[in-house]
Amino acid sequence: MQYLFSVIDDTAGLATSDEQAAIDVFNDRLQAEGHWVFAGGLGSPSSATVVDNRGEEAMFTDGPFLESKEYLVGFWIIEAADLDVALKLAAEGSKACNRKIEVRPFL
Amino acid sequence: MNTVDVREAVTQAHHEEWARVVASLTRRFGDLDIAEEAAAEAFATAVERWPADGVPPKPGAWLTTTANRKAIDRIRRENKRGDKQKEAQLVYDNGSPEPLDPIDDERLRLFFICCHPALAMETRVALTLRMVGGLTVPEIARAFLVQETTMGRRITRAKAKIKAARIPYRVPSAEDLPARVSGVLAVLFLVFNEGYLATGSGTGPVRHDLTAEAIRLTRLIRALMPDDGEVAGLLALMLLTEARRTARVSASGELVALDEQDRGAWDAALIAEGHRLVRERLAAGVAPGRYQILAAISAVHTSARDVRDTDWWQVVALYDQLVHLDPSPIIALNRAIAVAELDGPEVALAAVDRLEDRLAGYHLYHATRADLLRRLGRSQKSRAAYDKAIELAGNTAETAYLTRRRDQLG
Repeated sequence: MQYLFSVIDDTAGLATSDEQAAIDVFNDRLQAEGHWVFAGGLGSPSSATVVDNRGEEAMFTDGPFLESKEYLVGFWIIEAADLDVALKLAAEGSKACNRKIEVRPFL
Repeated sequence: MNTVDVREAVTQAHHEEWARVVASLTRRFGDLDIAEEAAAEAFATAVERWPADGVPPKPGAWLTTTANRKAIDRIRRENKRGDKQKEAQLVYDNGSPEPLDPIDDERLRLFFICCHPALAMETRVALTLRMVGGLTVPEIARAFLVQETTMGRRITRAKAKIKAARIPYRVPSAEDLPARVSGVLAVLFLVFNEGYLATGSGTGPVRHDLTAEAIRLTRLIRALMPDDGEVAGLLALMLLTEARRTARVSASGELVALDEQDRGAWDAALIAEGHRLVRERLAAGVAPGRYQILAAISAVHTSARDVRDTDWWQVVALYDQLVHLDPSPIIALNRAIAVAELDGPEVALAAVDRLEDRLAGYHLYHATRADLLRRLGRSQKSRAAYDKAIELAGNTAETAYLTRRRDQLG
């Protein structure tokens, strides 16, 4: 079973070096214990472009699809047997990156 | 067997077997939704068939077998439609040792999945009332004062989340239990209170099935965590409250306030057990939590053979301790009621009036004011407060009590 951990932030700052070090330790652990699938940090919402090609021609719009105070700054995709395991990992991940995490199952 | 006996047999089977049937089907089919629906169908079949066929010698076994058949029918129907039912299995580990009776263990698994921290607190209580307590959706909706459709949707959404997010069907390991316990106790306390003070004009004032179920589950949790003070505290609180159940509602269905109760009608065995638990916690010498303090207050009340013997100083001291842990206005209101006995109604009324902006929508705020105003001889104001309390009260026995007190005003 795979889960998406979305890292939610409301500050514009990047991870501090302490946070980055803690994230590295957490990532090593995910890999060592077989939970790791993929992870990454994202550029700020202002670097986003929304593409809509449902109509005649592709439309490009500058900025994120949703303007909000809180936004996605990064994510993990992890493998876990069930939600209890996933929530425990998310709790550690949240501590490591010092941000909120939303946990969602993949279908 | 006459119709009344059969109806009673169905009701009794429902109280005793509902959770067990749901639990055993959840284990077998790995799906709460299927388990719940099949259990409901099995009970409906019992209502239909038992009057003609007679009550089976083992109602629980009959119900489980019937529910199993209903579940298999549903799965067949859905497989024909090409549903991917089989993939969505609940996960649970069979590897853990099972120190409890297997039936109790099933019940606990069912309870733990219902009060999982990934569900909202209200949803946990609703799901527990449905799956473990066997209440119908309309009954739960009434208890929460929401529309039936709203409650139905909330429960459906919870079951869908359990399935999609893979909330596991198991009792947490000893290592994980401490993190779960406060949430679990909160759910048990709410289930117990709903039983003790059932809401809605169509329900009886006390639902013994719910208080009994809450006590039963709390005992099971205590077996898992015998050294946890708050578990012991909650169990003691429930026992000491349950002990007064029969004295609390009169033959005519009216609430009997603590000072008017026939103390001889209290259940001595439950009180003895509750007191034993409170003493055990005192002896442990660990700073008590909320439930332990509430249990200690209850122990002071149940130690007095006559209301005039109540150690109000002790009660107020315990409330003072509680206010530190829980600054909620409801605790402050209860403290003021005790203060009235110690320092008089004038002092208490001043304390109660300070809670107005936070408790104006709570019927007991107005009922407390009404009583204090009555004792101070301010009949007109008291009457207005009783009117407001009656308007807001949801429990039939409370409404009857408040109405009588109001009508007794000079």
